[in-house]
Amino acid sequence: MQQQDGTDTRDDAPERQDPGEQEEQLLPQLVAHLREHRTRLRQEWSNRIQAAHLLEAMTPQEMAAETTSVYDNYVEVLETGSVEALQHYARDLSERIIPRGVETHEVVGIVLLLRDVLARSLFEKYQQELGLLNRVLDAYEPAANRIANTVAVSFVEERERVIRQQQDAIRELSTPVLPVRERLLILPIIGVLDSERARQLTEQLLTGIRTHRAKVVVIDITGAPDVDQTVANHLVQTVDASRLMGASVIITGLSPKIAQTLVTIGVDLSKMNTIGDLQGGLEEAERLLGYAVTREEGANGP
Amino acid sequence: MTPGPALVSILRQGAYLIASVHTALDDSQMVRFQDDLIGEIGRARSRGVIIDVAALDVLDSFGSNTLRSIAEMARLRGAVTVIVGIQPDVALAMVKLGMGTGSVPTALDLEEGLEYLDRHVQHSPAASARGGERSR
Repeated sequence: MQQQDGTDTRDDAPERQDPGEQEEQLLPQLVAHLREHRTRLRQEWSNRIQAAHLLEAMTPQEMAAETTSVYDNYVEVLETGSVEALQHYARDLSERIIPRGVETHEVVGIVLLLRDVLARSLFEKYQQELGLLNRVLDAYEPAANRIANTVAVSFVEERERVIRQQQDAIRELSTPVLPVRERLLILPIIGVLDSERARQLTEQLLTGIRTHRAKVVVIDITGAPDVDQTVANHLVQTVDASRLMGASVIITGLSPKIAQTLVTIGVDLSKMNTIGDLQGGLEEAERLLGYAVTREEGANGP
Repeated sequence: MTPGPALVSILRQGAYLIASVHTALDDSQMVRFQDDLIGEIGRARSRGVIIDVAALDVLDSFGSNTLRSIAEMARLRGAVTVIVGIQPDVALAMVKLGMGTGSVPTALDLEEGLEYLDRHVQHSPAASARGGERSR
């Protein structure tokens, strides 16, 4: 069995073939050592994690379970040299701990701690024979680094996947185009407008104009905290494009801050029809469309 | 002159001309369209022109320039021009490339275009004759 494991390792470290049989025995020997002292080393590792105040979001029981399986996986990678199983495990682990608010630095931190704890135990074992210790570390370090790398990358990948998922979710609910009266659309913009959202908004608005045969569109940006030059120019383009499709656009809810920004950065809004708030915008739109809303005499509301 | 089916149809509707562009026109076809339309305005004594580009999914800068010129020429010959049916993608592309329709009015579709003309060609006797067929 040892012979076979040694062969596996050699595949991953071809430059170490020359020194011969002795080198190939090193990793299995090392793995056996780590297995033998599993409980003690794992305990030491847990203590170091606690001392460093990492993973405080987890309960002690969870910590014990996770550290045990991380340890076993770690030793297994040292033994087989294959990081695939570890990749799966790291991804699973990330999936479980990301929602609990575990940060990247914590994950990287605990793996590096384990690396240090194990390296130290190797020092203790081989400190009498410096030459051997050197060779042991030569075998141990690349594998350990690869493990740290794998875990960190898996964690970050999982995180990015979550972020992408959330971005998709936001994108889907972000730009509703709402018909309020015949031929009148409103488009409330909530949240930060980046260029991707602005592009999508324009697309939906123009399609909306055609489907609803809109003549007037009210774009309300009360909910947009900030507008930069790119987005402002995009808004101007949207207004022009809507005009090409025969709809006029009223922009409402420009906050004092946005108004100041737009004037300061010199966006040309002279062609834009702007009105203070959404209520005023709707009234203006109704006037343009010829609607007259009257209040019934004596009706005091529900 | 051009073989095959007509690329643009110019129809008389009362005091208005309705020109529908059926397919993307190259530059020479565009120029020919311009000649035909301007000539027809005189022959039909039209007071309004609707150019329907709903079938186009591309409109290059030469195209939109020509449309602008046609509108200007039509104005000189006494007709109001309105461009209708610009598709969303086309509208966005035109704006992105900075080639709007200038001062030429636009409307959503043919129906809107007719309504626009009805409102803006009020003072001519021709407009009041629309509805009944005009005889010449």
